[in-house]
Order: sequence, then C-alpha cells, then structure tokens
Amino acid sequence: MKILVPTKRVPDTDQKIVASADGLRVETDHIPHVINPFDAIAVEEAVRISERLRDVEVVAVGIGGPEYEQPLRTALAMGAARGIIVQCAKPLDPWNVSRLLKAIVERETPDLVLMGKQAVDDDANQTGQFLAALLDWPQATFASRLEFIGNELRVDRETDHGIETLTLTLPALVTTDLRLNEPRYASMAGIMKARKKPLETIAAGELGVPLEPRVEVIRYRSGDTRRAGERLASLDEFAALIAQAAGIGG
Amino acid sequence: MRILVITEHDGTTLRPASLSCLGFAQQAARPSSGEVAWLVLGQGIADVAAAAAQYAPVIAIDAAGLEHELAESYARAIAEVVKSGRFDLVAAASSTFAKDIFPRAAALHGGAMASDVVRHEWADGRLLFDCPRFAGAVTATIALHGSPQFVTVRASAYPAAVPLSQAATVEPMELPPATFARRARYEGLRSKQTARPDVAEARVVVSGGRAFKSAEDFERYVGGLADVLGAATGSSRALVDAGIAPNELQVGQTGKIVAPDLYLALGISGAVQHLAGMKNSKKIAAVNSDPDAPIFEVADFGFVGDVYAVTPELIKRLEQNGAGATG
Repeated sequence: MKILVPTKRVPDTDQKIVASADGLRVETDHIPHVINPFDAIAVEEAVRISERLRDVEVVAVGIGGPEYEQPLRTALAMGAARGIIVQCAKPLDPWNVSRLLKAIVERETPDLVLMGKQAVDDDANQTGQFLAALLDWPQATFASRLEFIGNELRVDRETDHGIETLTLTLPALVTTDLRLNEPRYASMAGIMKARKKPLETIAAGELGVPLEPRVEVIRYRSGDTRRAGERLASLDEFAALIAQAAGIGG
Repeated sequence: MRILVITEHDGTTLRPASLSCLGFAQQAARPSSGEVAWLVLGQGIADVAAAAAQYAPVIAIDAAGLEHELAESYARAIAEVVKSGRFDLVAAASSTFAKDIFPRAAALHGGAMASDVVRHEWADGRLLFDCPRFAGAVTATIALHGSPQFVTVRASAYPAAVPLSQAATVEPMELPPATFARRARYEGLRSKQTARPDVAEARVVVSGGRAFKSAEDFERYVGGLADVLGAATGSSRALVDAGIAPNELQVGQTGKIVAPDLYLALGISGAVQHLAGMKNSKKIAAVNSDPDAPIFEVADFGFVGDVYAVTPELIKRLEQNGAGATG
C-alpha cells in the first residue's frame, strides 16, 4: 500500500502575525516556518500505519521553492520513505494546489491520500476536498481515528454534532483533525537516516497543469484587537456584571 | 445575480445558522436586485422545506440517496442544481457540514471559493469577501475569479433573515440516480445527549479550560453555572484532548467559532487559537487564578481566583439574582 501525504510549509502561528503597513502582505519573513501542524499529524498517522502493517510506503509531498527541503526532511526524519518537492516559485491558492496534487496522485497512484484538514495560515479548509472531487474519490474529513478493515478504511470524523463513523473503499482521501495523534519528534537516528532518503524535485511546469488563479487578495489588515476591560476585586460586582450581560435578574 | 443558499437542518428544523447565511445572501443580492433561493437536501424533508419557504423560495431534493450527509452525493447534487439553475453565488453557513461538502461542490464548478466570510462589499461591480486568516490575526479582503462562486459564511457575522409575509414556493426537483453514487458508507453518529443549547447557537456560553481536572468537575462547575444562566457549555482544546469534555464543545480556531452575548471563560488561559473562536463575543468575562493569563487582555470583566472556589460562589449569587435557569 502507498500513502501520499501532501504537506504545506507555514509560519509558526505561535508567533505574532500582522499585516504589513501597506496591507499588501502578511509579515512572515522573520518568523520561523514549520510543517502545517495538521499535516504533521497526517505524516505521523501514515508512519504509524507503515509501522503497523506490512509493505506500506509513505511519500511526503510539498509545493514550493528550495526552502521546502527542510520541512520535507523533517517528514522523512519522522519516518516517511521518500519525498517529492513540486517546485513553484509563487504561492498558490487551494484550487491550484489541489490541481498540482492531482497530477502527483496520477503519477504515484497511492491507495490513500492523508493530509491536514486545514493550513493554519489561510485557514481555508478546502484543498483536501477539492482534491477528492478532482479524483472522484470518497473522502472523510476531520478524522480522529483510522482503522483498516480488510480493504476498507473506517474513519471517525469530528463533526459539530458528535463523532461520525464512515467506511471508505480505497483509494480514498482523508483529512486529519487534531486528536488523531500527537506527532513524534524526529529522533537523531531518524534525522541521520532522512539525509539519505530520496527527495525528488519536479518543476510544476512539467506536470502539465496550467495555473488558474481563483483567489485575488485585495488587501490584508491585522485583526481587530479587543481592549482589556476591568479587573474586579468584588465577587458581588463580578456576578452582577455577568447577570446583566446574560440578561437575567436585575 | 442569482444566489443559492444551502440549508442545514436536522431532518425536522432548520439550523439557525442557515437563516444568518440567508441574511448574508439577501444583503449581497440587494445592490443588483438579485434573486435568492434556497436548497433543501435530504430524505423526508417536507417539513424543513415548508419551514424554509417562510423565508425564501425553496428548491427541494428529497431522495433516498441523500439520507446521510455524505460529501460525494451532496456535492454532486448541489453542483447539479447550481448548473441547472444558473446560480452565480452559492452560500452555506460555516459548519463541519459545509466545510466537508462545500469545497467538494465548488471543485465540480472550477474551485472559486472563499471560506468563513465575515463581511462583504461591492467594489467596481465585484463582490469582495473578508476572510479571517492566521486564526483571525489577519483578515484578507479577497475577490474570487471564476463563476459560479462558492462561499461559507460565519453565521455570527450576519443577522438572521426575517420571514416573508406570505410563504414562498417549494419546487421539488429530481436528479439522476448517478448523482447519489458514493463509495463512503455511513456507520453512525455518537454524541453526548444534552438538554443545554448548542454552543454555536447559544446567547450565553460558559466555557471551561485546563483548570478543571475531571469530567465530573467540568459538569459540576461549568455545567452548573451554565444551567443557572440557561447557557451552553463550551471548552478549550486542552479539556477535549484530555477526554474531559466532548469534542463538539471545543471552541477555537479548529473547533467552533462562537459570538454569543456573553462568553464566560472559566480557567481558560486564552491561547490565540482559543481566542480565535470567541473574541467576537459581545461581552467576555473571565475567571483565572493567573493574573497574567492572556484571557484577561480580551475580557470585558475579569476576576482573579481559583475556579474551584469562585464558581460555586458565582452560582450561589446568580441563583439569588432571581432568574435561574430558563431552559
């Protein structure tokens, strides 16, 4: 079985993120970049499957410039067998990412595509579902548990109304939610091994996918910040303010 | 401009978020005297369709193949209706339902999609959308290229649509059986039954964080205070990860985005990912033992103290305050 794990390189969102003064971009140059945390969960899950079942190959994919080698090496150090960088100088919207990934899926013919449910930079939550539609594959988004049963995949999904369970026939696409697992830190041995693992680079142009921009950003602005209010010393006053805001009693 | 709003329902009633999405569609349609219709999908949906018709004309697809909300069949059904009805804009309220199904439908029409719209404007004949990014630290104003365009809308950002003086029509529609083909099978849904309101829809939310050490404590303190206020309960990610609170209560960047009249945070430190889910609440109140907790930077009123000591005192005072639970 082959599992393909598309990943995105994103600014570490534990850092303070602001729009540039002219509103034309987001100030991220000075911020360390990491594998999108949801994609790291997908890498971890794929590696765990490869440790549990026989003959499972995990292939990690990234789209971007040469700076992409480092996050992809991290995925290899976690246990992915090989990596593919689709070289593309400019940032792409989810539609074009999913179209490039479709071309990679057609080359690699994986049984399962496993990826994060959203990237924490644009928070779009679109790419996996786009890709599943383009492939006409079954999908299970927001997975919190995966289990292979014969040739099928049983997935628990986190929904607004509880945990939903679906069974998918393969090939299938699954997007990962937070509670699927806790990604490991790459061990020193893993990092050493990762240096020798194959990392293929493909120019986006070679994939025969003309880009079709769908999202044009007009401007960015930093989010509205709330101001800190009052710190109360009296519990009676605090309770009275709560009652007032909740619209109960006097 | 022709706008189609996808309803979300539980088989018998419309979810309130859908009415807010209809409110968005009506606002967006107004400058061009556009038309707004909604689409009700499912099996045995006559009641929902009739309820929806109180607000706008309805296209209803009642089919055995739509018994469960599965992305493959729902996305194809939506795409078919959008095509045959020549809709320019398709909208649904942001929820796990829409996040699962909507991008898949958008991809069948060329992938012009915006997620979590919180504001829109017309500029030079184009409809622009404000979408939060980086957990709300930045808002991007975007234009979509291509048509039709698909958007999910944050319900808390728009007022609910008001009923018409006279109910609109319900137009049943049939789709070819191939629309409902799928390779995913529905196995079931596990949820905690609760008499409390849904956290995404409640006027008041009492939310608990890391300070609570067990499910029993969470129920006793967070649940107890919620019941006095007639509120929903919510939770930070930490408690869901620890198995203390069920996942459907999680508020934050990757959980539910809420904007109630009052959000009361008990023992929640206020990580940026949590703030992303509740900072647009009208009033925020916080109790935390750490006076430097970031939650106090966004709280309208705060109290420094141990939630295990403070919460019972609050319950006592609010009970005395008169109202008690309103159900």
